[in-house]
Amino acid sequence: MPGLSLMRCLSAIESQELGVAPRRRPLAAGLFLFALTILLVGCGSWRQAGPGAEGGQEGHSGQSSQVSETIENKGSDTLVNLALAWAERYMELNPDVRLSVTGGGSGTGIAALINGTVDIANASRQMKSEEIDAAEANGVSPVEFVVARDAIAVVVHLSNPVNTLTFQQISDIYTAKITNWQEVGGEDRPIVLLSRESNSGTYVYFLENVVRMGREDSSLLFSPGTLLMPSSEGITSEVSENPNAIGYDGLGYVTAEQKVVAVASDAAGPFVLPSVATVNDGSYPIARPLYMYTAGEPTGQIEAYLTWVTGEGQAVVPEVGFVPLQ
Amino acid sequence: MDENALTNGQRRQSRARQVEFVIEAVIRVLGFSAIGFVTLIFIFLLREGLPTFFEVRLGNLFGTQWYPTFGLFGTLPLILGSLLVTVTAIAIALPLGVATAVFVREVAPGWTREILKPMIEVLAGIPSVVLGFFGMTLVAPFVRESLGTPTGLTAFTGALLLAYMSLPTIISVAEDALDAVPKSYRDGARAMGATEWQTIWRVVVPAARSGVVTAVMLGLGRAIGETMAVMLVTGNAARMPVTLDSLLRPARTMTATVAAEMGEVAQGSVHYHVLFGIGLILFMLTFVINLTAAVTVFEKKRRGGLR
Repeated sequence: MPGLSLMRCLSAIESQELGVAPRRRPLAAGLFLFALTILLVGCGSWRQAGPGAEGGQEGHSGQSSQVSETIENKGSDTLVNLALAWAERYMELNPDVRLSVTGGGSGTGIAALINGTVDIANASRQMKSEEIDAAEANGVSPVEFVVARDAIAVVVHLSNPVNTLTFQQISDIYTAKITNWQEVGGEDRPIVLLSRESNSGTYVYFLENVVRMGREDSSLLFSPGTLLMPSSEGITSEVSENPNAIGYDGLGYVTAEQKVVAVASDAAGPFVLPSVATVNDGSYPIARPLYMYTAGEPTGQIEAYLTWVTGEGQAVVPEVGFVPLQ
Repeated sequence: MDENALTNGQRRQSRARQVEFVIEAVIRVLGFSAIGFVTLIFIFLLREGLPTFFEVRLGNLFGTQWYPTFGLFGTLPLILGSLLVTVTAIAIALPLGVATAVFVREVAPGWTREILKPMIEVLAGIPSVVLGFFGMTLVAPFVRESLGTPTGLTAFTGALLLAYMSLPTIISVAEDALDAVPKSYRDGARAMGATEWQTIWRVVVPAARSGVVTAVMLGLGRAIGETMAVMLVTGNAARMPVTLDSLLRPARTMTATVAAEMGEVAQGSVHYHVLFGIGLILFMLTFVINLTAAVTVFEKKRRGGLR
């Protein structure tokens, strides 16, 4: 009986409220429907996730079985086009293998490897010691593979008359000691600095090897006025659009709408344009290796794939603008 | 017979009440769960963000240099960048939004209003990444060429896009406020011999003032939390916006920083905690803004809907 009276009391309050604002009813019904939808969607995705996860486990445990395995491959945006080209070619040759390639940046791929959500992490830089520590704390011991080489091109607008820059000049430009194109032989225009985001492997490489000119004791930083573009695409579009701009990016991302500047590591040295030939003979000064990391020594399909990548797969590398291993 | 009918009626009534009770209980749980979620998010932000204030010296944390890769976590350029972009956006959107609301509610003939209102709502539905792309490819070159700035990716470009994005909010809320002004006010003004213009600007708009303030606050809340469009067009340079020309130079906002860097940090690192610290600052800012909006609404209600 007390329960009933409480109920009456509540419903009395409720009816009062509803009496004041009858418009709440459809809203409430809407909320209810919304909650139902969420529940249903939740159930749906749970069902989807179920068999998928099982399939993955099967693939890993039973290497001898005929079940096709999906190799998850994630990381560096610099490498993503190359990784895609490799994956496509490899899947043509081995129709029973599935490869899934995503970008996001070197750090993203390495973080995913540490968390055990990918099989192969792509990176345009080596793993940092703290990342290796984090991986080992998680029971993952990363194994490194050098899969290709990449040149970083310094690019300007097509109309820019500047053809050559030394490391010293680039360093001065990116630290805002030089702020007008006139000072390096160009027109009287302000210089707009473009860089990749600070999480990009390319950013770190360019800072350490060009802005700091490889000096360990240097603590130079990009000028605070440097525009950090969230993607290679952002750099491409701004450089091809803006006659004031200077940017840098992987050779694979340079399009015909940008002008590549020849660089020299010192004022006397020869000015070299980036290309497969100049990277291979070591004359182009801003070149670096690209990496893939696996969690532990690879086995089965992953091992087969990496063997192919570092062997026959190298034929694909020049097609997407990178430099194959010698 | 009489008694029987009564019990039947009572029975029906009590069943209806039971059904209502269940429905109301479900709705109540859902309603409270919204508060629960906000609280949980806040607790999560605190858990991940508070360590910042112990790990990073305050002089560094509120310094002027943001180089997270090298342990320099000066959030000041980011906070000021966010404020610069947001405040400029509202300064652009407020007059436009209020004028549009006045036109839609007070001036436009019925059929125009019927077309305009849904159009404005469609405006609110444009994904911000689409707007950002539009801003990057069209607005930014336009800003560079027309204003002669070194690059089109400036705080001003971001403010333009944000103004456009907060307009629907400002217009709808301001229009509702104008709608709430009783007819007697307009009739009274007319009876005193005021022209239509005088009625609008001297009587109706001032009467809806608190609603307009709410509109601005909600627009601010929308603008300061916006990420994608801002990240694409502001250039993301963490420079201190303290010079006079800062509006026409690149800026980096808190939201863009979190979005650009969160995917890359190692979980549990100092950088990770600092990004959550920025989230915490952002959360507090929007909370204060929304609270101010709520207080104005509350005051309006207490005074009988009008000021």
